[in-house]
Amino acid sequence: MSFFGRLTWEAIPIHEPIPLITSLVVLLVLAAIAVWITRNHWWSYLWHEYITSPDHKKIGIMYITLGLVMLVRGFADAIMMRAQQSLAIGSSQGYLPPEHYNQIFSAHGTIMIFFVAMPLVIGFMNFVVPLQLGVRDVAFPTMNNVSFWLTASGALLVNLSLFLGEFARTGWLAFPPLSETQFSPGVGVDYYLVALQISGVGTLLTGVNFVTTILKIRAPGMSYLRMPVFCWTALASNLLIIAAFPVLTVTLGLLMLDRYLGFHFFTNDGGGNSMLYMNLIWVWGHPEVYILVLPAFGIYSEVASTFSGKPLFGYRSMVFATLAICIISFMVWLHHFFTMGAGADVNAVFGIASMIIAVPTGVKIFNWLFTMYGGRVRFNVPVYWLIGFMLTFTIGGLTGVLLAIPPVDFIVHNSLFLIAHFHQVIIGAVVFAIMAGYTYWFPKAFGFTLDERLGKAVFWCWFIGFHLAFMPLYVLGLWGATRRMQHIPDAAWAPWLDVAFVGAAIIGLGIFLTVVQLLYSIKTRDRRRDITGDPWDGRTLEWLTLSPPPHYNFAVLPDVHGEEAYWTRKQTAIKEEKLIAEPNYQPIEMPVNTPTGVIVAFFASVCGFAIIWYIWWLAILGLIGAFAIFVWYAWRDEHEHIIPLDEVIANARERRRVRHELLQELIKQP
Amino acid sequence: MTTGTEAPAIGLTHMGSEDTGLGNRGPQSKSIVVPYGFWLFVLSDMVLFSALFATYASLVHATDGGPVTSQLFDRTTVAIETLALLISSFICGIAIIAAKRENMFWTQTALFLTGFFGFVFLVLELTEFGHMISIGAPPQRSAFLSSFFTLVGCHGAHVTCGLLWLGTMMAQIWAKGFQQHIMRRLLCFSIFWHALDIIWVAIFTIVYLIGTLP
Repeated sequence: MSFFGRLTWEAIPIHEPIPLITSLVVLLVLAAIAVWITRNHWWSYLWHEYITSPDHKKIGIMYITLGLVMLVRGFADAIMMRAQQSLAIGSSQGYLPPEHYNQIFSAHGTIMIFFVAMPLVIGFMNFVVPLQLGVRDVAFPTMNNVSFWLTASGALLVNLSLFLGEFARTGWLAFPPLSETQFSPGVGVDYYLVALQISGVGTLLTGVNFVTTILKIRAPGMSYLRMPVFCWTALASNLLIIAAFPVLTVTLGLLMLDRYLGFHFFTNDGGGNSMLYMNLIWVWGHPEVYILVLPAFGIYSEVASTFSGKPLFGYRSMVFATLAICIISFMVWLHHFFTMGAGADVNAVFGIASMIIAVPTGVKIFNWLFTMYGGRVRFNVPVYWLIGFMLTFTIGGLTGVLLAIPPVDFIVHNSLFLIAHFHQVIIGAVVFAIMAGYTYWFPKAFGFTLDERLGKAVFWCWFIGFHLAFMPLYVLGLWGATRRMQHIPDAAWAPWLDVAFVGAAIIGLGIFLTVVQLLYSIKTRDRRRDITGDPWDGRTLEWLTLSPPPHYNFAVLPDVHGEEAYWTRKQTAIKEEKLIAEPNYQPIEMPVNTPTGVIVAFFASVCGFAIIWYIWWLAILGLIGAFAIFVWYAWRDEHEHIIPLDEVIANARERRRVRHELLQELIKQP
Repeated sequence: MTTGTEAPAIGLTHMGSEDTGLGNRGPQSKSIVVPYGFWLFVLSDMVLFSALFATYASLVHATDGGPVTSQLFDRTTVAIETLALLISSFICGIAIIAAKRENMFWTQTALFLTGFFGFVFLVLELTEFGHMISIGAPPQRSAFLSSFFTLVGCHGAHVTCGLLWLGTMMAQIWAKGFQQHIMRRLLCFSIFWHALDIIWVAIFTIVYLIGTLP
C-alpha cells in the first residue's frame, strides 16, 4: 500500500463532465463566499458569534442553515433522477449512465434523511426547546457545539465524494451483500459508512443532551404537564435517538468490519447472514422516521394553537399519543421486509402493530382539527403549511396502512407506490413542518418577519409540485414500476413520468422562491421589524423575551403558572393592566466560547477521510489529534463568564419598556 | 450531597453555590445534571451492546464448518479475567471513597490499582484472542467467530478507552486537586467502569458459560 493508500490522481473525475463541472462550480461558489466574508471582515464575527458559540440559538441557526443548503444538493439529485426517467424511455438511454444514476439515488436518500431532515429537525429543537422551557441553555452547551460540528463533518465527507472518488451505488441504506467488498470494491460505500458514523455520534450526543435538558432543566413551575407540546415531542424524539442510534452505529460498524477486515457478518460465504443487516438497520430505521416526524407534529401543534387563538385541543391526549407513537415505533420494523419470508404469523403481528400506529396519529389529526374548529384562525403562512400537511399527510398515512397489509405489500413492495408513500409522509409532514417552523420562528431568531406573499407562493409551489410529482408514482407503482430504474422499459409510462418531472420542477421553483423570499425580507427588514418579541400573539415562553433574544434568553427565569406559560402571564397583565413587579436582577453566568467542537470535527474529518482511502498513518494522527483536544479542553480553568449586572438590567428595562407599550395596545383592544 | 462550592447549573446566578435559589423548583444543579446525562449515555452504550448480543445470538451456530464454542472457550481463563475485572471495579469504589475524603495518596494508589487490574484483564483477553487466531479460529473464519470477536472485542475496546480516561483523570487530579468538576468526572468514570462490569457479566454468561455447557 502506498503512502496515500488508495488515493491517486484517478480519484478526480476528469472524464465525467457532470461531477467535474459540479465540483468546479461548488468550489467557485465556496471561494466567492470566502472572498465576500473576507472583504466584509466577517470572519471574526462568524468565529465568535457562531462557529465557537455554545449558545443553543446560534447552534440551532447553524443546523438549519446546514439543512437548507443540503436541501439544495438533495434536490439537485432529485431533479436529475426525474429528468433521467423522463428521457431514458424505449431506445433512449438518457444522459446518466447506470453507475452514475445509482450514485445519485443513493446520495439523494442519504443526504435528504441524514443531512437535511435531521439537521433541520435538530436545529429547531436547539433553537426552541430551551426558550420554551424558560431556561438559558441546554444541559451541555459545549457538547451541543461538538454535536453540530460532527454532523457538519459527515456532510462534508458525503459531498467530498463528488470531488474525490465516488459515492455508494447501493441505495440509501447500503444493503449487503451488494454493499460488501465483493460487489462494491470502490470507496463509495466507505464514504457512506464513515460519514454516517461520524454524524451519528453527533446525533447521539444531541439525544443525551436534550433528554437531560428537558427532564432536568426547566423554569420554576414548568412541570411536565405544563410543557409545550413541541417540548414533549422533542423529548420523545430524543429518547428515540438514544435508543435507536447505537443500533445504527453497530450495524454500520459490522459492515465496516466485513469490508475492512474480511469478517463474515453479512457476506454470502462464511456463514454470514445478510437478512441480519435488514433487521438491524430497520430497528434503527423505523424509529428514525419518528425521530423526524414527532418534532414536526410538535411544530404543527404550536402553529395550530397560536394561529387559532385557542389552547391546543386535547393537550393530554396529544402527550399520550406522542409517547404511544414513541413506544410502538420500536415494534414495527419488520414491515420494511415482509417479503423476507418470516412467515404469516410474524408478518401478521408486525402488520397489525403498524396499523395500530395510525390510531395515535389519527388522534393528533383530530386534535389539530378541533383546535382550529371554533377558533379565530389567522391565515398566516404557517397555517397554510398546517392545512396542506393535514391533507397530504392523511392520504400518505392511508397508503401506509395499505402497505402495512402483508399481502398488499407483497404486490407493491419495492415499487414506485412505496416511493410515493414515504415521500408523501416525509415531505407532507416533515418538510412542510420545517417550512412552517421556519416562517413561525424566523422573527424570533432575527428580529423581523418573512414576506407573507412570497411565503404563500412557496407554499403553493410545494403543495402543487408535490402532488404532481408523486401522485403519478402511485399509479406507476400499481402498474408494476419498480424503484431505482435507470431506464424505463414501457413507453406507456412516459406521460406519467413527465407529469412527475413537471411537479419536481415546480418544487424547484418553490425552493428558488424561498431564497428570493429570504433576500427580499432582509432587504425590506426595516418595515417588518418585530419590536415586541411577540409577533404572532404567541402562547409559549419563547415569545416572552425579545427578538432576537439576548444570549442568556431571560434576565430572570420566568415563574410558570398554568398550562400556557406566556399566555397566562399575558392575560394576567391585561386584566391587571400592569406588568409584574420588577424582579431582583442578578449577574448571569454563561458558558464561555470554545473552538473544541470545530477542532474535534476537523480531526474527525481527517480521520474519516484517511479511513475511506486506507491512509492509516493519517487516521492514527487524526485520532491522536482528537484525543489531544479532548484533554486540552478537560484541562481548562475558565468555565463560565459573567454578564455584569448593569448589562442585565439595561437589557431587561428595555424589554419592560417595549412590553409596557405592547400591553397598552392590548388593553385598548376590545 | 455535600458539595461545598460548586458552579450552579447553566446560566443560574447564585455566586458559585450549589443552591440554585429556587429550592426544588427550576433547573437542577450541575452535580445532578452531569451524572444524569452520563447515565443516559451509558444507557445508549447498553443499547449498543444489546445489538451486538443479538448479532452474536443469531450467528453463534453459523460456524461454516469451523470450530464451535465448546472447542474454543476455557472456563478457567475466563474466571481469572472476570476476577481481575471485578477486583478492578471494587478498587474503583475505594478510589471514590478516598477522593471524597480528598486523600491524594490513597486516591492515586486506588486508581492506579483499578487501572492495573483492568490492564491484567486486557492482557488475558488479548492472549485468548491470540491463541484462538493461532489455532485457526480468527474472526475471518466464520460468522460465529466474527460476532464473537466483535462482541468481546467491543467490550475490550471500551476497557481500553476507560484506561485512557483513567490515566487522564489521574493526571488531572494530581495537577489540579479535588475540584468540584473533576470530582464529577471521577464519578462519571466510576459509573462507566461499573457499567462495563455489568456488560462483562452478560458476556460471561451468554458467551462463555452457555458456550461451554456440556
